[in-house]
Amino acid sequence: MKYVVCGLVVALIVLHQDFWFRDDSTLVFGFMPIGLAYHAALSLEAGGVWLLAALFCWPHWVDEEESRLSGDGRPS
Amino acid sequence: MTGSLIPVYIICGYLALLLGLGLLSSRLFRGTSEDYMVASHSIGPFLLLMSIFGTTMTAFALVGSSGEAFKEGIGVYGMLASSSGIVHSLVFFVVGVRLWHFGKRYGYMTQIEFFRDRLENQTIGLLLFPVLVSLVVPYLLIGVISSGTVINGITQGAFEPYHLFAGAKFGVPPWLGSLVICCVVLMYVFFGGMRGTAWANTFQTIVFMVLGVVTFFMISQKLGGLQSATQAVVSRHPDHITRAGISQLTFFTYLLVPLSVGMFPHLFQHWLTARSASSFKLPIVAHPIFILIVWVPCVLVGIWATSAMIDGHLVVPPKANPNAVLAIMVKRLAGPVLSGFLTAGILAAIMSSLDSQFLCLGTMFTNDIVLHYAGADRFSERQKVAFARLFIVAIVALTYGFSLMPTRRVFTLGIWCFSGFSSLFPLVVAAIYWKRLTAAGAMASVVTVIVVWGTLFRQSAYGGNPHYTFLGMMPVVTIFASSAVALVLISLITRPPSEATIRKFFQAGASV
Repeated sequence: MKYVVCGLVVALIVLHQDFWFRDDSTLVFGFMPIGLAYHAALSLEAGGVWLLAALFCWPHWVDEEESRLSGDGRPS
Repeated sequence: MTGSLIPVYIICGYLALLLGLGLLSSRLFRGTSEDYMVASHSIGPFLLLMSIFGTTMTAFALVGSSGEAFKEGIGVYGMLASSSGIVHSLVFFVVGVRLWHFGKRYGYMTQIEFFRDRLENQTIGLLLFPVLVSLVVPYLLIGVISSGTVINGITQGAFEPYHLFAGAKFGVPPWLGSLVICCVVLMYVFFGGMRGTAWANTFQTIVFMVLGVVTFFMISQKLGGLQSATQAVVSRHPDHITRAGISQLTFFTYLLVPLSVGMFPHLFQHWLTARSASSFKLPIVAHPIFILIVWVPCVLVGIWATSAMIDGHLVVPPKANPNAVLAIMVKRLAGPVLSGFLTAGILAAIMSSLDSQFLCLGTMFTNDIVLHYAGADRFSERQKVAFARLFIVAIVALTYGFSLMPTRRVFTLGIWCFSGFSSLFPLVVAAIYWKRLTAAGAMASVVTVIVVWGTLFRQSAYGGNPHYTFLGMMPVVTIFASSAVALVLISLITRPPSEATIRKFFQAGASV
């Protein structure tokens, strides 16, 4: 899953380039320029990708180490 | 045109409320420097999300984005907002969580404490301190300048019956507006420290997000609805609904600018307030969505401002100061009551960044200079807090003084400031993930940033040319690449760090 999430992050960066809508003046819902609507959708997708990262790629060792240390006291 | 004093009353009421919140939070102050500077690592996911987001979204997000969309069109969203949604969360994930871990474990309160320890070198602090302070001050200036401009824009005409402030079009003069904002922020940071800042940021983030959306719909309604407002732009300024005016290379290289959050000292301090590593999950996931909620309305209002007409006249003059576009739209298209509330929302966004920046400079001065060189054991906790407070007062006074000088476009000033922080990003990543990083490599990287950033900033007429690029790319690319190359090359030819340091920072799951 870690590699899938890494792939999705790379995909977000590639999709961000959107040269395909660069000079497209189509309006979505009659008011939103497509270049803006596309990037707004990309922001939502980014939220989804980061949700997957938090669920499947979280460095649990940090939490575990913290709870272990908070029991033993902070190291010098 | 005669204005109303109602917005002035509402703004004053809001500022009083904020002061009350700061004073209330100060009652929870535990009296230690750790509590004053990092709220004793007690902040949970929701407060962390709101305080990080409020800190990251500055005047740049509201005033700068609408002003830039007014000048350049919708491309501003892709350049900085959607890219930030991807890059900011990435940085929180790969840098923020690790730095929080080191900070909690070894008791760091500033970046410089971390770098001194990680690089086994004290000089790096002397080099980094002036660089970080010099980059935070222009960032502060963005907020201070914008607050004065916005308050003046909204209150113009309000004092005409009293023949006051004629030189500022009978509105609150920018110098006075900025001064009041500085004093209010200073008060609640002074008394509330990081806990007060986190509370105030949360409250202010809710205020500016809610009022931002309300503003958007109010303005669109006055312009005949969403479709009508955009159709006017299609007719008069069709170039503003595409990003054809921005070269693909410039657009691509803008991706490096949001990396700046990895080296913001005030954000580092906010990360350290987290109660646990898991507290980062909510900010990481929600940050891009919050960006969408704040930026899309601002960008649309910015492009609408190019073509919006009332009674046959343009709402915003074509040569208007971009920093004032949002204020003009709000004032002309909303009633005085709503204008007052909406201005409070804009000021909330500005102040929620100023507070963290002031506090972090006070913390850096106390920990990295006074306590480091005079010896932490020489001072009581009360004295440490007093040092931080004194430096905060000094930095507020200095920033306010700078804000009275001739101003640049908020957006341009911000981009130069972010470019400097972004170019220091290789340093923080290498410190966390690359065992071979040496103190000499780190210092070479910082010196390279100083030289290259300074040279390009000078070539851009000190930010006076908002369209300045180097080899067709954003200057950040050159500065970032030079910094990374210097860091790697010098690290490879100098003596590696000791085994003890490697063990300290690369045990458990942290190594690569």
